[in-house]
Parts: sequence; C-alpha cells; structure tokens
Amino acid sequence: MENFKCECGHMNPIGTVICESCGKPQDDNSNLLDMKYEGTARRSIVKNKTIIDKIWNFFSSVKIAIVIILITLIASALGTILPQRDLLPPTANPDTFYKDTYGVFGQIYDWLGLDNTFQSWWFMLLISSIGVSLVICSLDRIIPLYRALKNQRVTRHTNFLKRQRLFKISSTKNEEEQLNLVKNRLEKKKYKVREENGNLLAEKGRFSRWGPYVNHIGLIIFLFGVLLRYVPGMYMDKAMWVQEGQTKEVPGSNGSYYVQLHKFIFETYDVKTENKIFRKSIERVGNDRIPKNYQANVTLYKRVGNPIPGEDPKLKKVKDYSIKVNEPLQFNGISLYQVDYRLNEMTAFSFDLMNKKTGELFGPIKVDLSNPKAIYQIKPGYKVELKSYFPDFYFNKAGEPDTRTKNPNNPAFVFKMTTPETPQGEVAFVAIRQNIEPNGQNKYKMAFAGLETKNSTGLSVNKDYTLWVLSIGGAIFMIGLIQGMYWYHRRIWIQRQNDEIWVAGFTNKNYYGFKQELKKIFNDTDILMPEDQVLDKKSINTGGEHVSN
Amino acid sequence: MYQISSNLLFFSFITYLIATFFFGGAIKSQKEGKNKSAMIGITITIIGFISNLGYFVTRWIAAGQAPVNNMFEFVTFFGMMIIGAFILIYFIYRLNILGLFALPIAIIIIAYASVFPREIKPLVPSLKSYWLQIHVTTAALGEAILAVSFIVGLIYLIKNIDQKVRNKKTFWLEAVLYFIVTVIGFVIISTAFSISGYEADYKWIDKNGMEQKAVYNLPSLVAPHKGELLTKDKLEAPFEVPALINAKKLNSVIWSILAGAVLYGIIRLIIRKRIGAFLQPFVQKVDDDLMDEIGYRSVAIGFPVFTLGGLIFAMIWAQIAWTKFWSWDPKEDWALITWLFYAAYLHLRFNRNWTGEKSAWLAVIGFAIIMFNLVAVNLIIAGLHSYA
Amino acid sequence: MKKNRLIVRTAILAILIAAIGYTFYINFFKKDEVIAVNDNAINFEIKDINTKKTYTLSDQKGKGVVINFWGSWCDPCKHEMPFINKVYQEYKDRGIQILALNANESPFVVSKFVSDYGLTFPVGIDKDQNILDLYGVGPLPTTFFVSPNGKIKRIKIGEMTEESFREYVKEILPN
Repeated sequence: MENFKCECGHMNPIGTVICESCGKPQDDNSNLLDMKYEGTARRSIVKNKTIIDKIWNFFSSVKIAIVIILITLIASALGTILPQRDLLPPTANPDTFYKDTYGVFGQIYDWLGLDNTFQSWWFMLLISSIGVSLVICSLDRIIPLYRALKNQRVTRHTNFLKRQRLFKISSTKNEEEQLNLVKNRLEKKKYKVREENGNLLAEKGRFSRWGPYVNHIGLIIFLFGVLLRYVPGMYMDKAMWVQEGQTKEVPGSNGSYYVQLHKFIFETYDVKTENKIFRKSIERVGNDRIPKNYQANVTLYKRVGNPIPGEDPKLKKVKDYSIKVNEPLQFNGISLYQVDYRLNEMTAFSFDLMNKKTGELFGPIKVDLSNPKAIYQIKPGYKVELKSYFPDFYFNKAGEPDTRTKNPNNPAFVFKMTTPETPQGEVAFVAIRQNIEPNGQNKYKMAFAGLETKNSTGLSVNKDYTLWVLSIGGAIFMIGLIQGMYWYHRRIWIQRQNDEIWVAGFTNKNYYGFKQELKKIFNDTDILMPEDQVLDKKSINTGGEHVSN
Repeated sequence: MYQISSNLLFFSFITYLIATFFFGGAIKSQKEGKNKSAMIGITITIIGFISNLGYFVTRWIAAGQAPVNNMFEFVTFFGMMIIGAFILIYFIYRLNILGLFALPIAIIIIAYASVFPREIKPLVPSLKSYWLQIHVTTAALGEAILAVSFIVGLIYLIKNIDQKVRNKKTFWLEAVLYFIVTVIGFVIISTAFSISGYEADYKWIDKNGMEQKAVYNLPSLVAPHKGELLTKDKLEAPFEVPALINAKKLNSVIWSILAGAVLYGIIRLIIRKRIGAFLQPFVQKVDDDLMDEIGYRSVAIGFPVFTLGGLIFAMIWAQIAWTKFWSWDPKEDWALITWLFYAAYLHLRFNRNWTGEKSAWLAVIGFAIIMFNLVAVNLIIAGLHSYA
Repeated sequence: MKKNRLIVRTAILAILIAAIGYTFYINFFKKDEVIAVNDNAINFEIKDINTKKTYTLSDQKGKGVVINFWGSWCDPCKHEMPFINKVYQEYKDRGIQILALNANESPFVVSKFVSDYGLTFPVGIDKDQNILDLYGVGPLPTTFFVSPNGKIKRIKIGEMTEESFREYVKEILPN
C-alpha cells in the first residue's frame, strides 16, 4: 500500500485519518473526527488501480451497496403488482394470461420479465451483487478496524481528544485522588480501565463493534446456503398424488420407498360439535365449509431387493403414519408434506340393466373406472359387454366420441346389452346425463345405480440438505444484529496535560444514554463531565442547524 | 368470557382517548419531563394498556387459541403493541409530546381494526402451529417499535418544515396527514353504516362463470361483475366492475377516498390552514436532537425484533407448513421490502450521515411500507397469506 | 505488498465469480435431462397386454430397439401407430424390436386400441408411469431409438412421419 509519513515518523497507508502510531489526526480541520473506522484507511484506497482494484473498489463502497439494496427493493415491489407466473391458478396459461387479463399493461409487464421477477436472471444478479458487496465491504474494513482497536493506546494526541464529540478540560488540585475516584466509579460501571503514565482509558462494549461484521457473515452464509440449493442432490421438491387404496413409488427416492394411502380424512367445523364461540364465524362462511383437519393415513414401505423397473416390487413395511399439515413424514433425508387433496374422485359407476317396459332391474354391475371389465355376466342369458370406454369423454372434430385424457373426469361407455328377449344384443352410448341409442329405440337400457368415490392426497416430496446452512446463517445474522444494536462501544479518555485534566468520550451509538452514564460517573467530582460539542456548537448558531461532516 | 374481552378492549380504547387530553395538557405547561398532567396521562395510559392486555388474555381463553388470526385480531394487537412500545420509550426519554401523537395513532389503528369482522374463527389446519403465534406476535411487536420512529419522525417534520412556503416538503407532509384523515374518515363511515345495520345482497358471476353472493355493508357505488341487487330499496350501483376485481373491496376504497376528502375539507375549512401548519405551534418546544435520537433508537431496537419475527420465525413456520420457507408471495415480498428499507435506513445513517430531517422522512416512508403490507397486500393483492 | 494484495483480491473475486457463475449455469443453461443420447438405455420389463409374455430391455441386446411411449387419448400417437406397425412388419426379421409402453391406462382401453389398430408388436402398460418418469418423458408421443449395443441413438419427441420413422429405424439396424 502506498504510504505517507506522519510528523511522528510513522508511515501510514493512504486514506488514514488518524495516525496509527501517535494518534494525530492527519487533516488540519477542527471539526469532529469521523470515528467510524477508528480513522484507519479502508484497504481499497490506493493510488495505482488495476482492473481488479477497480472492481474491488466498486463493491467495497457502501453507497453502491445502498443503491443495490434500493434497486432490489423496487424490483421486489414491482414483482407484486401482478400475480407471478408460478402463482397463477392452474387453469391459466402463463403465456397468454397477462395479455388476456390486463391488456397492454399486462403485455408490457410480461415483456419486461416481471411476470417471473424472482426467478429471472437479473434479479438473481441483484442478489448476487448484494452477496459480493457483503463480502468485499466487510473484508475491506474489518482488518484495519480490528488492528486499530487491538493496538489502541491509552495516551492520545491532544488534537484527537479535542475533536471528539464529548470533550472538556478541567483542573483540580487533587489530581491523584480525583482520578482514582473516577477510576473506581468506572470500574463499578463495568468499564475496563487501562492506565499509562497517569492517563486513563476506560472502555466497554468493544465487542459490539463487531456486530455488523458478524451479521454480514451470517448473511453471506445464508446466501451461500441459497447457492447450495442449485447443486444437484442438495435440494429436491417434487409432488405425488395417491388415491385411497393405491400404493405409489416416492419420486426422487430412486424407487426405494413406496407410500400406500389407506384413508384421507377431511374434517370440517360443524356448528353442532364446535365450541359455541365459533358459531357466528362458521355460519358466516357456511357450515361444514371451514376445514378443521385433514390428514393422510399412510403406510411407508421400503423396497426389498433390486427389481427391474416395470417389475412388481417386493415391499417391506417401514411404518404407519398420519401426515398432517405441519406434521410431515420424514425418512432418509426425504420429507413428505400434506399439501393438497382431492375429495370424492369417481372410482366406480354402478348400473342396472333395466327393462324399459316393465321397469324390472337386473344387476347391478360395477364398472371400475380405472380398470373396467370387458364382459359383465349378470345371470344366465343376461350379459352386458363394454364395447368402448372414454374416461374423459367429449365429441371430437369428427363428431365421434373420444377421450381428452386418461383420467375418469367424465366417463362415457358404449354398452352392448344381451338378454333372452334381445339375444342379438342392443347397443347404447351412456354418459353422464346422456343416453344415446344409435340403433333406434332399445328395449333395455343401462340405468345409473350408484357411484363410488375415493379421496386423494397431494403430497410434497422434499429433500433439503441446505436447511442447516440457512439456519446457521440466519442465527449468526441475528446474533450479529443484536450484538451490534443492543450494546454500545463506549470509551472515555482521561489525560493529564500539564496542569489540566482533559476528558474526551466517544460511543458508536446512543449518545443520550452515554451522557446519562457520564453524569453519574463525574457527579460530585472535580473533574467536569465532557460536554457535547455537537449540541453546543448548535446553540451558538441560531436556527437549529445541524453539524454535518 | 368473549363479552368480557370486548368490554376490556372498549375500556382501554376510552382510557387512551382520555390520556391523550392529559398529554395535551402536559404540552401546554412549561416544564418538560415530570409534570402533573403528564403523570396522570401516563398512568391512565398504563391502566388502559393493562386492560388491553386483559382483552387479549380473555379472548385467548375464550377462543382456545391466541387471538392473532384475522385482520381484527392482528390490527388490534398491533395497536396494543404500539402503546406498549410508547410506554417503554416514554420511560426512557420522558418525552411528553410523544404521548400526544402516539396515543391517537394507536387509537386510529384500533378503530380501524374494529371495522373488520370480529367473530372468533376456528383455525384451518395450516394455522394450527405454535409458530404462528410466535411469528405474528413478534412481527407485530417489531413493527410497533418501528412505528414509534414514524411517530417521532412525523413530529420532527411537523416542527421543522417551513410552512410559510409551498414546496414538495409541505405537500408530502400534508399528504401523510391527509392519509391519516382518510383512515379516520373510513372508520367513521364504516362504523356509522355498521351501527345502522346496513346490508345489501348482490348475486354476481365470478371469473369461472359460477354464481356467487356478495354482502355489502356500505351502499354500493360499484357493483360486482354482472351483479344483480337482491335487497330491495338499497342503493344500486351505476357502475359494474370486471370479474377479476373484488367489487366489495373497491367499494370500500371508494367510500374511504370520499369520506377522507370530505373530512379533510371540513377540517381545512375550520382551521383555515394546512394541518401541518396548524399542528406546528404545538411541537415547537421539542428538542430536535432528542427526537432524532429516539427515532434512530426505535429503529435500532425494532429492526432486530422485526427481522426475527417478520422474517426468521416466518420462514421457520413456512418451511414446516408449506415445505418452502420462501415462496415470493406478495406478503413475504413486502416483508422483505420493509426489511431492505430499514437496512438501507441504517446504512444511510451510519455511512452517509443521513440524520435529522432526512432520517425523519425515511422513518415516515418505512412506516408507509409497513402499512401497505398490512392493508393493501392483505386486502387487495391476495395470496397464500392474506387475512380476512 | 502490492502484489500480495492483488493476488488475494483476484483470488477472492475468482471464488465469488465461480460460485455465482456455477449457479447461473445450473439454473439457466443446464438441461434437466434424465437420460440423453449416447447414454445407456435404462433397463426395464413389460408384460404384453395380449400374450402376457414378459419383455426385458436387456434381453433385446443385439437388436435395435424402438421404445415408444404413447396414450390412447393422444391424437399424434394414433396417427403414428399404423405406420409403426407397418415398418415393424418389414424389419422385425432384420433385428428390430419395438416395445410400446402405454402411459398407465386401463387394460380394457389398451387392449381395445391394440385390436382396433391391429398392432403386432409388444404393447405393455407402464404402471404408474414409472418407466416414463425414469426416462424423463414429458409430452406424448416420445420415441427412443436404442442401438444394438444398448446405447441411445436418438430421442424423438412428438409425432413422426412414416419416412422419418423408417430412417430412424435404419439407423439402429444391427450390421
């Protein structure tokens, strides 16, 4: 580092305000010293700058850091104006939603990338910049500050004392006695008092100066944890749906684990069974409409052996568990959370074969909507055949019945009914609220006899090894924040200058409280309490101007 | 028990009103610090606060769960915390003018809370976690302490902004006061119609084409999408809104704006000058540096509490309930924005020496962000997170 | 001293850029592929819906294998099936095998489809779409062409034409 010489002979780095050795302020002003970094030079202030230095300087500036914080702030606000892409309702098409719903404004919003603000590259760049700034700002300042505080002397240059915010000169005949009195009081107030040549330095709360650096380290660790999520294997977030009775493989477990849903319980608040106090609000929303509890009663299985995909696995039961919101099932680093549900999904339809004239019913037959049979023999001579099945029926462009998906959302069937009366068979197309007879009037029809439903649970499958990094980062941040905000670094210099006693005081925060304490320390002594030079200067200027550095 | 809790709340509300007058009297007298009026004022405030705590405890007992679960409960709790923060700061600094401003603001907030449905609602499964209580109460406490910096900042600005001229500063200060008037106007109008039992039912079509019902508690100036008024001889709105917009809320907003404008107009007519100018003489004796100190100190104390409650506890709870500690939903966003803003405040103060008036303006903006999160995000921008 | 500072700063900046750069790369550029061309095809087995015979992919080594993922509701799949069947007839004695995996529909629907279209190659049901997930299949139809040595030669997402299908099949003919 480039250096310059202080009058005491010591070489100081450029940018040093207070000489590292003798403590003489290097500038010739008479206004108050900026004690932020104990007058040390930030390391980034140098003469010859390489490109590396220029980048370093840029990120070590607090002004730049504030600007980055404010841009991030504004960007986050913009990201809330319209709903974000991944929070749209499932029926919306993200590519057309913004234009369709919000017109030109929506189009611009989409085009600017604001529809996906928080996953966009420029937002990630902002956060990364905050991270870089945290690292470089801290490194730039902490080492000089640490050295300055560690090596600080008891005896300071007179200019240094004169330019502290709290300063007073007094004199007394009983220097020794008075100083000892003050020293005792200071020690009672938990100050650490150092003595040198009859001069005193009382200090307490130095550790609070490190607060900001500790909290910055916490933030850096936290951001590092966020980065870690992108490393493959550290974080996984998948979903699985299981219907009552089904056993399904847990995605992301490499086929090792399976979950079987026995029952999905969904309870609502009913005025009859609940505490009277809830009556009014239940009635406002509707009885049985506010969810009280939902849970998935499952069994967790582990696969035995190493089957080939497609082969039926051999399973060994691990345990039974009720997955509720706030109570996930955890195993082997994976957590299953209860997040969603579908109630009353249709699983089977029952039909009776009905003689239209007599109304006589035969059957019923039960058609399993996920695995219907081809032939249903009711009794000798009475048979129903399933000719076609459309789980999610609609009429396609050619006017034919077709299926939209494989899920039984809207089942339709083509049945062929054979009875002794109609041995050649009659064909009917049966759907929900539709009954089409393509070959003219049939003698028999399939009458809807009932419906079976099952519930499904939507589970979130989650693996997160970064959580502990994030937690540690957050904890360290809070410690640093409290360390820096709730304690204060206070120092009092008491120096003998010829026949006078010079007293100066400094604290990094809370001058009001410091002054209250000083009042108590110097009360009834010959040594006068240091005066606040900021407020005093103000009382000389009228109009309440502030001293600005 | 529920009735007792309501009564206790009402009692504390009244005591705060009375205490305000005593603090007003304290300003008139010459002595700062301990004077008789102020002593009575703070004592009454403390009595009110104890009653307020009583409301909280009895409601908790009645409901079987901590009462911080809907708009009414949360905003009331927030108001109570502001009083608590005020009492704490008062005992440290003994600034009487603070009472004259902090109490009315807390009163307005509690009054605003009572516009919302008050019944105790049973908890849906995702709210059944004690992390909910911890997160919400700590966040409210943090925000209340930050609110003190707003109050002190406001006093600072009222004192120091030159009202003899007309510039950006006088405009914006007046805008802040106008906004407070609007809130009062909204409370008055809502309470008036609520007391009269006003109710109008609408049948309307939502964005999925399904028929829905809406109950209006204020005369409808805007009707919901394809709305049909069912209740005879109630005001029928001349305008209809598209299905995407919540007509009832928009109606409330329009009424607030109207009520605010009318109330402000009346006030201006009576006092014949800007509200800022009107209040200025009352605050002349306050010490600028002390206010600056209190303003900063409230942020220094409140920021860690807010971080802990509004961010950290919130993330813990989100991770447990929804497997994602952060989903970028509007409420979380605005909590982050609040946090970033106060971080910027602290950095601007330390490193760029933004003290005094600049700091006061920042404190006002910070509180505006908190209020935006509480009101606009909860009620207008919906999310996973919204109350009411 | 100066050199020291330069080295330290460069090192720190390098670490920061590397960490951030890696994150950006993974997030924005790396394709989330489960399986890619030139990977070994993951082994699986299916049961033919009609004959009930079990077919294991590894047993097909030495033949070129076409793995077609399909569903009966998927129109492009319906367009392809006829010529897939035709090409199969031409090449099945020249060392080509076709395994069609249905995305977890009911046996009734799959059987009917096979008989309606007169399909002659093995067709099985991929229960719970396990194999589909394993192969990272998104939209249907998706067809994998596996060389006789077991490596994936080509992944075709979407509908094929008869000409292109024929070309792809020729690519995996054993010599």
